[in-house]
Amino acid sequence: MKRSENGIINRLLIGISFLFIIVMLVLPLITVITEAFRNGWAAYKEAVTDEYTVKATLLTLEATFFAVLFNTVFGLFAAWAITKFRFRGKKILTTLIDIPVTVSPIIAGLIFVLTFGRQSAIYPLLKKLDIDIVFAVPGIVLATIFVTFPFISRELIPVLEAQGTDEEEAAALMGEKWFGIFRKITFPHIKWAFLYGIVLCTARAMGEFGAVSVLSGHLRGKTNTLPLHVEILFNEFKYVPAFAVSSILVMIAVVILVIRSVIEYIGKRNSEDVR
Amino acid sequence: MKKIISSVLALSLAAAALLTGCGNSDNSADADSSEKVTITNVSYDPTRELYAAYNEIFAAHWKELKGQDVEVTQSHGGSGKQALEVANGLEADVVTLALEYDVNAVRDAGLIEDGWVSEFDKDSSPYTSTIVFLVRKGNPKDIHDWDDIVKEGVGIITPNPKTSGGARWNYLAAWAFAQRQFGDDEEQIKDFMKKLFANVLVLDSGARGATTTFVENGQGDVLLAWENEAFLSIQDHPDEYEIITPSISILAQPSVAVVDSVVDERGTREVATEYLSYLYSDEAQRLAGENYYRPSTPDILNEFSDTFDLDLDLVTIADFGGWDEAQEKHFADGGIFDQIYEE
Amino acid sequence: MKRSGKRVIPGFGLSMGVTLTMVSLIVIIPLASLVVFSAKLSPADIWATITRERVLASFEVSFLTALIASLINAVMCVILAWVLVRYDFPLKRLLDGLIELPFAMPTAVAGIALTSLTSDKGLIGQFFAKFGIKIAYTRIGITVALVFIGIPFVVRAVQPVLEKLDPAYEEAAGSMGASGAAIFRRIILPEILPAATTGTGLAFGRCLGEYGSVVFIAGNKPFETEITPLIIMSELQEYDYASASAIALVILLAAFLILFLVNLVQSRNSKILGR
Repeated sequence: MKRSENGIINRLLIGISFLFIIVMLVLPLITVITEAFRNGWAAYKEAVTDEYTVKATLLTLEATFFAVLFNTVFGLFAAWAITKFRFRGKKILTTLIDIPVTVSPIIAGLIFVLTFGRQSAIYPLLKKLDIDIVFAVPGIVLATIFVTFPFISRELIPVLEAQGTDEEEAAALMGEKWFGIFRKITFPHIKWAFLYGIVLCTARAMGEFGAVSVLSGHLRGKTNTLPLHVEILFNEFKYVPAFAVSSILVMIAVVILVIRSVIEYIGKRNSEDVR
Repeated sequence: MKKIISSVLALSLAAAALLTGCGNSDNSADADSSEKVTITNVSYDPTRELYAAYNEIFAAHWKELKGQDVEVTQSHGGSGKQALEVANGLEADVVTLALEYDVNAVRDAGLIEDGWVSEFDKDSSPYTSTIVFLVRKGNPKDIHDWDDIVKEGVGIITPNPKTSGGARWNYLAAWAFAQRQFGDDEEQIKDFMKKLFANVLVLDSGARGATTTFVENGQGDVLLAWENEAFLSIQDHPDEYEIITPSISILAQPSVAVVDSVVDERGTREVATEYLSYLYSDEAQRLAGENYYRPSTPDILNEFSDTFDLDLDLVTIADFGGWDEAQEKHFADGGIFDQIYEE
Repeated sequence: MKRSGKRVIPGFGLSMGVTLTMVSLIVIIPLASLVVFSAKLSPADIWATITRERVLASFEVSFLTALIASLINAVMCVILAWVLVRYDFPLKRLLDGLIELPFAMPTAVAGIALTSLTSDKGLIGQFFAKFGIKIAYTRIGITVALVFIGIPFVVRAVQPVLEKLDPAYEEAAGSMGASGAAIFRRIILPEILPAATTGTGLAFGRCLGEYGSVVFIAGNKPFETEITPLIIMSELQEYDYASASAIALVILLAAFLILFLVNLVQSRNSKILGR
């Protein structure tokens, strides 16, 4: 089936995919890179080694790390709860988990400003305890968690749903504890989906702009993430440095994707060896 | 069920601890030793180079005055958004925004005392600008004044007055021209404005976006821009564009103010006030001129007569009854700007 | 736990507890403040706000472009996922790695890059301009930006499911003489439909709220290319939190409804298929 009569269709599908990806993804990428180097290598290097660029990069990595950590924990628990048990309100719960993705980033930022900002009822309390949330790093972390909230659970749920609960039930009847069931039975099924989820979450966390922009206060060197730094450079008529800094984000993304490919490659080879 | 409740509690505590941890670590960075003082200047977009340079000369000035080091943390963004953030708790010692209306929003949140406009000279605007036209080299559409840009076939690029504070000056400058032309006949003025916005090809959300549309993407024949931003575009593309100064425009007055409640809490009133008054010194005024803002000191402004067209007829926001009135009449929901598009 | 007869698998209490806590902290409480703020208006005022002609026109623009974009994504991305999972060809890894790009690239950068490509002076725009088609600064432009934003959602939702699908079924069906189209309709489509629907639903929701990339390419002309998030932004600029929250709530409710329906469809499908 793979080669003979469907050869034309296969080639057609591959062709369509290439065309789509080239037009929608490669060309924008090339645009970013060419703009980044429009004024030459020296200008590029100056833009990316700028003190504030470096600080923004570190902050972005920090926020991404916390967001991915939080969402990993959440994603595993939520996917387990949703797919392995029946309970009332499951659809509402899954919908609530999805909601953050569909909330306009501006609104996402706004709701945290309304909840923790000066107009909020708990602001005096936070002030008294000396806790800064909005316009400080915790606010950025919160916003990043919010926009990437469903990413890991969303990857896991369809796979677990397709797999059903029979194997887990059997193991449970044989007296296995939940962690054992999870490690031995569930996890092997979801590991690739889990990896996709983490990569997706990381990429999105790094690139988040709208929500963080509302919450950060744009304090240079303190609460500026990379995407915000890009925006600021752009607004300051620094067109080329703005693209240079965005290329850092693109490169981090590429590194993550390479790591993912390597893990996937090793993992698949090992599983073949076992067989 | 018990398990659910206990894990809910445990997790809430963990989350709270995480947030507090982050909060504290962030705070310790702010608490500097007594020999150094840090203030935050929340400003709008294109002032970065001006303040980067100014912060250096101010640090030297303050050192000489008090023997103390001062570090200024800058924040730049859209003027309205910046004001919103200060009103919501962003700790700014001073604000240096694009228009009085935005500073008023901070005042309305109870952070700045009434009467801030008269705290510093010239209505608290140490430098000004105006609205000019940026056209393509050689001025192919022969644009010299406002009535040229409402002609058929001229494509205008301007940011949206609803989302860009700066763009409100563009709108009001056009209105001022029409008012001079048609007197008090508001119907005719509205007609003129309607023709103008019918020619608008792209209404970007901010000034920088509009410049990109015009410069990088080649849309339209004329960009309505702040003078200082038009100069920046020329600087980047010296052979491709020229600036046309219309016969009448508006005096765009960026406003500066000390955020009273923040400086009182942090004990930084003295340095914050000095930071803003020093903007009126000759050195700072020259810096403003070099960054294409019009200095408010007449002598220094004259030093830059080669750069700026000084024969321009300028109206001010006072001619519109002040910002609150202008805002209500023109830009609020259902105001004249909305009517232009809705009919 | 042992008492509940239906739940053989352990870990319900813990996983539900974690899930509910995190959902309330990150989603429910912040979103509640949105409701609180819009409740500062009377119902009549809210109605007047959201039925202003200009707001209605923006709903039309936002919903229409988001719908078209997510439908395009549904078709193109299922093809993409299929090609990436089933075929081997040069540059496959690279192609695969590019999928997350729309997440990692800050939305503003994506918007600027796409606009410069599709304006009538740009690489792609020039070509279409010959046929009198304008892309940037029209609704087509908005749709292009939204397609870009939505790609990873659909591809990454479908991919793990396809990966788990054993090619043996298709090969068996093929050897029994089923045509390619029949195999796709009978065997593959039912398996990937839930994941594809979820991905498309998420992409749709995200497109409804997207701001950063769209404002650059849209032209933002009232009644023609003004999207709802831009209206929300202009309400915020006027410090009118209540109106902004009211309009945001409409978008939010719409997104919630769509996701809820998607989740319903999904679990119905998995019931028909699974057990």
